Amino acid sequence: MSDAQMKPGTWARDIAMALGTYVPGFARPPARFVSERGQPVHGIVGEFATPAAVYHAAEKVRDAGFKRWDVYSPFPIHGMEEAMGFRRTFLPLLVAAIGFSGAGLGLLFQYWVSAAAYPLVVQGKPYGAWEPFVPIMFELGVLPSAFAALFGMLMLNGLPRFHHPLLARERFLSVSDDTFFLCIEAEDAGFDADRIRSLLEGAGARSIELVEDDA
Amino acid sequence: MMRKSPDQISAERLAGQVSAVALAHGDGTLIEDPAVYAPLVVNDRSFKDVTETVCGYTEQPAPLWWYAAITVSSATALLAAVMIPYLIITGVGVWGLNNQVDWAWDITNFVFWIGIGHAGTLISAILCLLKQKWRTAVNRSAEAMTIFAVICAGIFPGIHVGRVWFAWMLFPIPNSNAIWPNFRSPLLWDVFAVSTYATVSLLFWYMGMIPDLATLRDRALRRLATGRKMPCLFMLPTGHTVELKFVNIDRIRAVVYGLLAIGWRFSSRHWHRYEAAYLILAGISTPLVLSVHSIVSFDFATSVVPGWHTTIFPPYFVAGAIFGGFAMVLLLLIPLRAVLPNFSDLLTLRHLENMAKILLVTGMMVGFAYGMEFFIAWYGGNEYEWSVFINNRANPARAPYWWAYWTMITCNVISPQLFWFRAMRQNPWVIWFVSLAVTVGMWFERFVIIVTSLHRAWLPGEWHMFWPTWVDIGTFAGSCGIFLTLFLLFAKFLPMFAMAELKAVLPQADPHEESVHHEGHDPVYAVGGGPGGVHGEHPGGGTHPGYGGGH
Repeated sequence: MSDAQMKPGTWARDIAMALGTYVPGFARPPARFVSERGQPVHGIVGEFATPAAVYHAAEKVRDAGFKRWDVYSPFPIHGMEEAMGFRRTFLPLLVAAIGFSGAGLGLLFQYWVSAAAYPLVVQGKPYGAWEPFVPIMFELGVLPSAFAALFGMLMLNGLPRFHHPLLARERFLSVSDDTFFLCIEAEDAGFDADRIRSLLEGAGARSIELVEDDA
Repeated sequence: MMRKSPDQISAERLAGQVSAVALAHGDGTLIEDPAVYAPLVVNDRSFKDVTETVCGYTEQPAPLWWYAAITVSSATALLAAVMIPYLIITGVGVWGLNNQVDWAWDITNFVFWIGIGHAGTLISAILCLLKQKWRTAVNRSAEAMTIFAVICAGIFPGIHVGRVWFAWMLFPIPNSNAIWPNFRSPLLWDVFAVSTYATVSLLFWYMGMIPDLATLRDRALRRLATGRKMPCLFMLPTGHTVELKFVNIDRIRAVVYGLLAIGWRFSSRHWHRYEAAYLILAGISTPLVLSVHSIVSFDFATSVVPGWHTTIFPPYFVAGAIFGGFAMVLLLLIPLRAVLPNFSDLLTLRHLENMAKILLVTGMMVGFAYGMEFFIAWYGGNEYEWSVFINNRANPARAPYWWAYWTMITCNVISPQLFWFRAMRQNPWVIWFVSLAVTVGMWFERFVIIVTSLHRAWLPGEWHMFWPTWVDIGTFAGSCGIFLTLFLLFAKFLPMFAMAELKAVLPQADPHEESVHHEGHDPVYAVGGGPGGVHGEHPGGGTHPGYGGGH
């Protein structure tokens, strides 16, 4: 299968894109759109002044049927999940699985040490009594859960990633201060520059720009 | 003039006749009407103001007091760097320990510091689950303080074992002797609880800081991109500043903060998982923080030493930890609030008052525990237990450590009672002095529990006093130096407030704000950059209605 045959939004293209982004030595599939300068296009970004403006713009973009797009804001905007219409993350399930496994393994390990590997008589209690194992079982459930919550969150977010086409633009960096952005990516199957421009204009973007991928 | 009843005031406010701010005093956050949310950030600060204020603390040259403070604190920290090797080389006999009192300042300091380390997680986890938005003003610095306190706490059990090179035996590591630790011992539970707590607090602190580190990174990158070079300034003890012209400090900042921010780009899809992870961490940290001090208390409660063998210890220790931790937060933040520019816009009098109320509540809980312990010592009918309370602690005629016991009672039970008076709990310097008293009192609480219970065993021939040596004092002072040095470094180099969280609780952060508070306007967000420039602003700071916690 050649890169050119990969349709936008397919698994094959997503995997090739991820390999090209994160693994040295892999090339990304060719860009679907090329700017006038001959650079691959990352997407079209609209800039908004207030949370309310970007919130309502997100609702419009959602209703227009786009899939590969994102809102960038200095803080999490309340209700943005609904406005963007994406599913809840499965991170809690991941953390629960890892946490309960940690607690279970912690219990087994303590039992093995106390009843099998190094049986000691302590206060005449049975070697395998589970009650004294509860505190450490709890701690060994919490510790991997915390790692899973932080690193699972980063993994699902595709971080660490030290380069991104948006972060290469000086104007975008005000997102960490007080500006709100909405970016529709060229990877979206329905990407059409003119349509997106008029959609963002209609949504009240105070500036609309094409983002090139210089990487 | 007749005083209005609170009901009448509320009715007038609801009818729009009186603004809530007209009823407020102090900095505008001390609103007595419980129906009104006090603003969480005062002086109508915008998102940009929050960024500028918080980043300013790390970007502006450090003020002279910072250099003075870190000189003193790091010199004190050096004391620990001398005392600890001396202890390790010579042996624990250099402390004032003896055969009877084999735990004294070492474990007192351990419990003292680990207790202080509870406020950060309490603020970030429990207050998060309880949706207490005012925590955003203090959570970052309280979490930082937690980590530094746990570092100080970790020093003492590590070095008190005597043969430090065997400390690895605390952990269940396979070894050639085929010896394993005893999982039925609370001391081992403590190892797991404290190390888990330290790790989870660090992860929580770091995760909360990722967006703010990205803000610092972006500011450095923007200055690099626009050629606005930030001077690299150092202040000399004489007060003169020296500029290092050949250093482009923004390059260093962009790289260091960039690595720490690991490419955070403020995406909403990322924020969604971030908030889920934050809530999970808050959810697991809540039982964790309660478990840690419970387990610390098991070190004592599961023994058969009179004065230690009591079931009230776990809740009593947890309440005391929260009490002491909040006192330390206030002790550090009230002076910073006085000296750092615009700090008081973000940490308002209302926040201080809230924390003073927590001090009052937890102080009463601790006082109740002292009373209940005493009552049970009498009611339980165990003469040894009663003897510890009367002859070792409370009776000045018979207990050699009576002064320690009564210092504890005065500082922890009596001093917070000042906060029943509104004027007292709304005065930062009164709060500061009470916090100082509470910090001293909480140290004495641990000293009283540990030393007064141990120093007289069953036979009078085993009775010994404990007096600290210069090594005891030097090590404790050194740990205070380490704590303050780390906190000062944090205040200079890391974002002291959770900027993203602060912005999210500003009134203008609500995407539905305009339609709620400005009736009569169609949803005109779609036109010309949204209504933010027109209706979103509140000209004239005095007319700002007291909201900020709504929705």
